[in-house]
Amino acid sequence: MYLTQYLLLAAVLFCIGVYGVLTRRNGVLVLMSIELILNAVNINMVAFGTYNADVGGQVFALFIIAVAAAEVGVGLAIVLLIYRNRRSIDVSDASLMRG
Amino acid sequence: MSIFAAAAAETFQPSDWLFENVWIVPAIMAASFLYILFFGKTFPGKDRVHYVGLAAITVALGFSLATAFMWVTQYEDNQSHGSEASSAFVGEGIVSTVEADEKEESSGASGQGCLAEDNRVGSLQAAGEDEYALGTGLLTDSGELAVEAGEDGKGEGHIKAKSVVRCLEWFSTGSFGGDTAQGSDNLTFNIGTIADGQSIMMLVVVTFISFLVHLYSTEYVKGDRRYVHYYAFLSLFTASMLFMVLSSSTLQLIVGWELVGVCSFGLIGHWWEEKPNSDAALKAFLTNRVGDIGLLVGMIVLFFGAGQTFDIETINYLAVHDGLSQTTMTVAALCLMTAVMSKSGQFILHTWLPDAMAGPTPVSALIHAATMVVAGVYMIGRLYPVFWFGLTIPGSSLNALAFVGALTVVGGGALAFVQNDVKKVLAYSTVSQLGYMVLALGVGAWTAGMFHLFTHAFFKACLFLGAGALSHACHHSFDMKAEMGGLRKRMPVTFATFMVGTLALVGVFPFAGFWSKDEILVGTGGFPSTNANGNYTLLLIMGLIGAAMTAGYMTRVIWLVFFGEYRGHVDPHDPPAVMKYPLIALAGLSVITGFLNFPSDWFGGLGTRYGLKFEQWVEPGGGSTFPVIGHGDSNLALAVIASLVGIGSAAFVWNYYQKLYAKDPNATEVTDGLRSRNKAAAGGYALLENKYYLDHLYEGAIADGTKGPLARAAYWFNQNVLDEIVNTAGRTSTVLGRFIYRFIDQGAIDGSVNLSGRGASESGGLLRKVQSGRIRQYASLMFGAATVLAAVFIVAI
Repeated sequence: MYLTQYLLLAAVLFCIGVYGVLTRRNGVLVLMSIELILNAVNINMVAFGTYNADVGGQVFALFIIAVAAAEVGVGLAIVLLIYRNRRSIDVSDASLMRG
Repeated sequence: MSIFAAAAAETFQPSDWLFENVWIVPAIMAASFLYILFFGKTFPGKDRVHYVGLAAITVALGFSLATAFMWVTQYEDNQSHGSEASSAFVGEGIVSTVEADEKEESSGASGQGCLAEDNRVGSLQAAGEDEYALGTGLLTDSGELAVEAGEDGKGEGHIKAKSVVRCLEWFSTGSFGGDTAQGSDNLTFNIGTIADGQSIMMLVVVTFISFLVHLYSTEYVKGDRRYVHYYAFLSLFTASMLFMVLSSSTLQLIVGWELVGVCSFGLIGHWWEEKPNSDAALKAFLTNRVGDIGLLVGMIVLFFGAGQTFDIETINYLAVHDGLSQTTMTVAALCLMTAVMSKSGQFILHTWLPDAMAGPTPVSALIHAATMVVAGVYMIGRLYPVFWFGLTIPGSSLNALAFVGALTVVGGGALAFVQNDVKKVLAYSTVSQLGYMVLALGVGAWTAGMFHLFTHAFFKACLFLGAGALSHACHHSFDMKAEMGGLRKRMPVTFATFMVGTLALVGVFPFAGFWSKDEILVGTGGFPSTNANGNYTLLLIMGLIGAAMTAGYMTRVIWLVFFGEYRGHVDPHDPPAVMKYPLIALAGLSVITGFLNFPSDWFGGLGTRYGLKFEQWVEPGGGSTFPVIGHGDSNLALAVIASLVGIGSAAFVWNYYQKLYAKDPNATEVTDGLRSRNKAAAGGYALLENKYYLDHLYEGAIADGTKGPLARAAYWFNQNVLDEIVNTAGRTSTVLGRFIYRFIDQGAIDGSVNLSGRGASESGGLLRKVQSGRIRQYASLMFGAATVLAAVFIVAI
């Protein structure tokens, strides 16, 4: 068992997530990419927790999962509202905040 | 405090308690003043406000009489145990010295004492100067009554009681450098009381006359618009006069002196709506200011001369024991003499006193006859060693004080002849009598001067209150020629009391003035075999001329007021009871007070036993704080001559008016007399009528001569200096304002405000480009930044 494998997996997942966030225009897919990033972090947590024989990693992972669920809930609600207002979920269109 | 503990351990002595607590008397009157001032207007029935004043003065009078009684009793007790006290005296001296040592150890206690007696006595003992130093080891041991074998010139060995001094620390300050009598760097200024024969005598005089005046005024100023104000001032005056006579330091004396001056000012101008009255008040005040400068300078000279102390006993002690140089004393005495001249109406500064008659008559009786005007005389008596040694010019028979007094006797008396206002005659008479007192003090007849002060207070108050009764009856006028005449039968009580007062003033045997004036004449030493201090024949002659004048002008008053035909147009009657009884009381005292000090060689054994009591009670023992002065022997021939001079003068004047009456019952002066025939007589009359042109001199020459140039100088100063300063300041500020507007306001302040505004606007323009609103741009920036942060983390850590 090598820690490196998990870290590599997590890095790959993280990069896919970042790529998704930056390139996807679909709001739902952006949220899903954020989930990927969070799960990459979760993998790191669990891997380091096991590596250091510390249960704190798993506790944090559970904690992150709970927070991610809430975050997705809020995010989906925002996406839903954007859709209702604009009939589109393209995040590029939601540019009203520009200065 | 060890002193108090010791005092408590002793048995309670009512006399000591009274002597130590005489401050209560002025305090009562001060309380009365404050009460009337604050609550007088709202007092139930404003017209009854005099009850407050009367109650206060009654209590004060009782207290004073008790104190005087104790003082006399204590003296007489000492005499009857004379030998005992003498032997105990030695012991007492030793005890005092021991206590002085103790006091030196506890420095806290010595701060309580009035004097720096420890230091002073210590130095004197070391010098071995005087045998008295031991005996008077503690002049004032905070109320301890040391008894001293007084030497009163004749060496009769009367045992004089020491004055009782009680002081509190008023304030303390750093010294002015140099040696101080208190021997430390800190000067302590005390406020306190002296209880001795002189102050207790004044206590009785002031409270007694004040009591009668309070009573008399209830009727005299009834219904006056400033009734409350009047009684408030009476109380304040009494309080401040008592404060002054009891003062133990010269600083306190000055305060009291000025306070009585203020009361005098306020009461002379009581009816200030009329211009002459307010003018008279101002004149009195300003004339007194002239003397007050002398008072201040004299007291400051004494302060530094006596080693930076205001304490009266210390100053006197040093003056007696060569602690003050002759020059210091001469300068101080001359300066203080100015104050005496203004306050006690001595010649050339007397001009305010007759004008002061503008005030209500009871006030004139209280302030301008009996009490305040004798403040100067009292001060001479209080600081007698300073005056006595300071004004004695070696090898000369001229004493400045006596000369001023004699000049006043004659000058004031002459002016009384030409006045038509009965009060003004009495005022000039007061001037003249004050001259007698100063004359007596000048020639060393201390007791005679004080005794004349004492008797004069009663008979002159009697005369003034009598004049008030006349005015009360005669339509508020004092004009003898226009409104009076023939009042003998209409106002019998007033006539009788006025007559008694006159006889006392003229000095007819056996009325009070006879004894006191005779003693003054004896005191001049001009008459053969009187054995007085000096040998002033000129002063004796001036005194006799004064006596003749007194008899003359008083006869004129009596004739014009009470004899001849009534010339007024109202129906005069004797005053009501509250005015009548004070008159009777004062007349009674004018008869009997003279016997307090009749010569000891008169009336055989009676004289030996009861003669010269006033001298024994009041005069301090010579030696420690009082110079050793001689006492003249009374002389029957001199008394007879003085009486004959007076009677002759009175007879002459009487004859003049009787002849006039025979010619025309309504005439008050001869129309074709000496004046119309003789130029010199007319000139003399004009001189007297214009009061020696002194008012012209003061107002015309001095006041006008000063105020014109002074006004011009002030105008010039105003135009050229003050205005210039103001203008320059204005111009400078205009220029400065323009400069500030242009460079500082416009340039610096506005510039910085504009700069900050522009800065905010431009930085906003730059930053708004970042706010594109594109989510992915934000996200990429965030990730990029996070990556950079991570890189920094990795590299740095």
